[in-house]
Amino acid sequence: MTYAVWIPLLPLLGWVANGVAGGRWGRRGVATVACGTVVAAFAVGLAVLASLSSLPAGARHVEIDLYRWMAAGPITVPMRLLVDPLSAVMVLVVTGVGALIHIYSAGYMADDDAFARYFAYLNLFTASMLTLVLAGNLVVMFIGWEGVGLCSYLLIAFWFTRPAAAAAGVKAFIVTRLGDVGFLLGIFLAFGVFGTADFGVMTRDAAARLPLGGTAATALCLLLFLGACGKSAQLPLYMWLPDAMEGPTPVSALIHAATMVTAGVFMIVRMHAVYLRAPLAMDVVAVTGAVTAIFAAASALVEPDLKRVLAYSTISQLGYMFLAVGVGAWGAGIFHLTSHAFFKALLFLAAGSVMHALGGTTDMRRMGGLARPLPWTAATFGIGALALAGIPPFAGFFSKDQILSAAFHRGDVALWAVGLAAAGLTAVYIVRAFVLTFLTPAGPGPRPDRRGPTTPQREPAAGHAAPHEAPPIMGLPIQALAALTVLGGALGLSFTQPGALDRFLAPVVAAGGPDPAGGGEGTLIAVSVTVALAGVAAGWLIYGTGTLRGSSAAVRAWLSHQFYVEDFFNAVVAAPARGLAWAFDLLDREGVDGAVMSIGRMIGWGGGRLRRVQSGYLRQYAAILLIGVIVLLAYWVSR
Amino acid sequence: MSVPAPLYLSLSAVLFALGTVGVLVRRSALIVFMSVELMLNAVNLTFVTFARLRGGVDGQVLVFFVLVVAAAEVVIGLAIIVNIFRARETVDVDDVDLLRG
Repeated sequence: MTYAVWIPLLPLLGWVANGVAGGRWGRRGVATVACGTVVAAFAVGLAVLASLSSLPAGARHVEIDLYRWMAAGPITVPMRLLVDPLSAVMVLVVTGVGALIHIYSAGYMADDDAFARYFAYLNLFTASMLTLVLAGNLVVMFIGWEGVGLCSYLLIAFWFTRPAAAAAGVKAFIVTRLGDVGFLLGIFLAFGVFGTADFGVMTRDAAARLPLGGTAATALCLLLFLGACGKSAQLPLYMWLPDAMEGPTPVSALIHAATMVTAGVFMIVRMHAVYLRAPLAMDVVAVTGAVTAIFAAASALVEPDLKRVLAYSTISQLGYMFLAVGVGAWGAGIFHLTSHAFFKALLFLAAGSVMHALGGTTDMRRMGGLARPLPWTAATFGIGALALAGIPPFAGFFSKDQILSAAFHRGDVALWAVGLAAAGLTAVYIVRAFVLTFLTPAGPGPRPDRRGPTTPQREPAAGHAAPHEAPPIMGLPIQALAALTVLGGALGLSFTQPGALDRFLAPVVAAGGPDPAGGGEGTLIAVSVTVALAGVAAGWLIYGTGTLRGSSAAVRAWLSHQFYVEDFFNAVVAAPARGLAWAFDLLDREGVDGAVMSIGRMIGWGGGRLRRVQSGYLRQYAAILLIGVIVLLAYWVSR
Repeated sequence: MSVPAPLYLSLSAVLFALGTVGVLVRRSALIVFMSVELMLNAVNLTFVTFARLRGGVDGQVLVFFVLVVAAAEVVIGLAIIVNIFRARETVDVDDVDLLRG
């Protein structure tokens, strides 16, 4: 199965080709190369899936060693790819959704000057992401991990002449780097404990090497989870993701919704054998996920910017995934990852279509009544919204329900209740977004806002007179994603036994998930559907008809400041860091530099004085010479 | 009739002093040059005198060396003076102060 190496290699070649010669073969050529490589990678992924399925379940673990990367004493790190059901699923999600978004981008970015640069970055991102999911050990995964971080930075700051975009890119890079420190330390610790970072070995030896609940296991898991927090925008390292919406909308869909931000969830599932040895760390993961889910859902309630609503929604849904893996429901986590990739990419692309129609507006207060000019967009956005809200029969319902019931069955009723409440809030905020964008009459423009102006005119506006539906090259990927959102639930469609995805993943995470002990499943589903419907109804009554009214200014302020988490970080982390930097600057400039400079100044001053000796009068030199000789002679004679 | 050595040495000292004063007080490069030659030859005289006193030839040999070096030095020195004169229309050593600090 060595041809699997072409999966990351093809987009990498696309990056090289478009990066080196993208200016030569025109926009059509660039788009063909970029989309073609990703589609080809998807085809290879399908072939890998087919040959993987033909193997017996126990043998679905194929390691491909490309070469020995580094060897130091007893530690050897091969450049190893690992093909198993988990990575196959991830490859198909990344290349499938990625291919659709690449195609959409060809329409969305058609008027951009840096067309080739955009697609080169996008291909590099895809290659890095595929390296990440196919990695056979933590070190190779780290290549992809950092690669996607780099591409995230490059693409958020794609319109780098806009200060907000450049700042958002830097912010994303630095905040995720905080988490990466933990990830790197986790890799070192894995080498310390196992003597290797190979996933196969770690999964096999975890039970033998790590005592249950021991310090080593807990530390290893928490360090890796810190990296996952940064990459997947969990509390407290979430604040880069809303700002990342400064990037082009397809980038938000691909990187900041469907693929890169889910890397943390994937990594934890990949390391599930180790996490099972650290119950405390799993509790931390689950609680962080649940708190993030409800926190971000609440923040989305008052956000006036359509893309930022979706960003908070992504954070919230990632919280669900961490809740899932935290309670040991590995399959449910990957299932929600997949369905979320479908419906969130759909929502983002539909939002991009709205922005395209309005010439770049993302402020929902300036939208409204768009259902009439944009029927397709409204319909597809609506499907995505219902899936996000957890209404059956859309994909989001099945995966979210699986997570909640896993939490309930494990006995974490508190986590289940928090998740349920977050689900209700989710329904409210996405109905709000849908209503404000598509149904209510267009507002008079932004009201004065406490948070200051949101950036208007993000994307290159090309003088759109009236809102109009996007061209087919953008419409078709949206519709394809809508179809996936409708049908994706079938992956986990089951009420009594594990679903198709669970069965496929079973060889990887066999030791994991809790037994869905049956019993009360119907009640749970009824409860969660009721909550989701109640949320939708509440959202409709508040924002659609205006029946429900009244809000407290204090609550609004708390929500629109995201509970002041970021202000807290500014005051506690950023301000002291700035103060420290200022002090060091002073010390360096005045202390270290000052010492060096004053020595230099002293020598310069001395030279200036000594210069006078060199008078240029030959006879003076001769006289000095004579005096010297006389002095020497006097000394000798008198001795 | 033989002249006693102290007289030679006195003459030599006088010549050397004259040369030194010449170097210090005259401003014409040519005169300074001649004064330097005077000093060199005063030294030559002492060499010969002492060689005679000691009865050896070392001092006399050394004189030949000094003569040769002095000849070479005159060649180069005069060439420099001629070039300075061509460039600056003067041989006054006080006017030639390009390297003043």
